Amino acid sequence: MSGVLFGAGLALSGMMDPTRVRGFLDIFGRWDPTLAFVMGGAVLVMAPAWWIQSRMRHPLADAAFHLPQTKQIDPRLLGGAGLFGIGWGLAGLCPGPGIASLATSFAPAAIFVAAMIGGMAVFNLIDARLRGG
Amino acid sequence: MLAWFPYAQPVGGLLGGLMIGLAAAVMLLGDGRIAGVSGMFSRAFGLNRSATPWAIAALFVAGLVIGALLFVGINGPIAAHYPPGIGWLIAGGLFVGYGTRLGSGCTSGHGVCGMSRLSPRSLLATATFILSGMVTVAIVNLLGGAW
Repeated sequence: MSGVLFGAGLALSGMMDPTRVRGFLDIFGRWDPTLAFVMGGAVLVMAPAWWIQSRMRHPLADAAFHLPQTKQIDPRLLGGAGLFGIGWGLAGLCPGPGIASLATSFAPAAIFVAAMIGGMAVFNLIDARLRGG
Repeated sequence: MLAWFPYAQPVGGLLGGLMIGLAAAVMLLGDGRIAGVSGMFSRAFGLNRSATPWAIAALFVAGLVIGALLFVGINGPIAAHYPPGIGWLIAGGLFVGYGTRLGSGCTSGHGVCGMSRLSPRSLLATATFILSGMVTVAIVNLLGGAW
């Protein structure tokens, strides 16, 4: 249900067009502010949802909330976000639109999604080494 | 001010954004979880050790594709211009995959869910990936690789 709404929202928002996403990041060129409207719209709905959440004992369909508790701002967070931004700028796609585009532009979206799986798998390998696992 | 950006799509963007927010709210208030695409995706493919049940992650990821499919089925095709050559997609995908695992989230988890929660981690992560994306695009343009 949530996924279907999310996918339809992405399609409506124009974010499944890599050129438009790239345009948002292209501040010195042909800047396209659309992405800011998408994020603004989503935050506009989510902010009251968090307020409602703070007054609920448990979610409607589960006995407890499962929310991130990490507070630490560390090099992993910033390094990861930095690397993610590089990929976002190169391809004009982040995970949501990349996956949803499997429905509309299968071949290029599948290449992106496959590479994303590869990147995640490489991370797991390196992370396991670092943790001595 | 928007007259300066004739190619922008503010209405569609805002409506789509509201819908994405609603989707994230359904996940939060219904299942009690963050609708983070990179997290759900890596969980569905067995690439992280999150406690999220596999079925929830897999249904969410499948829903993304089904939602987009329904939208184009009802509304007709959407515009999508891809980079020239698969190298961009492969390199982009690798960085996106690695970066979202290391940084625990992407545009949906940090950008939509985390920022609206005023999580300092997510605010900083979002600022970082937007900045790094802008720098990346600027460098690509300087090197003559604009598309």
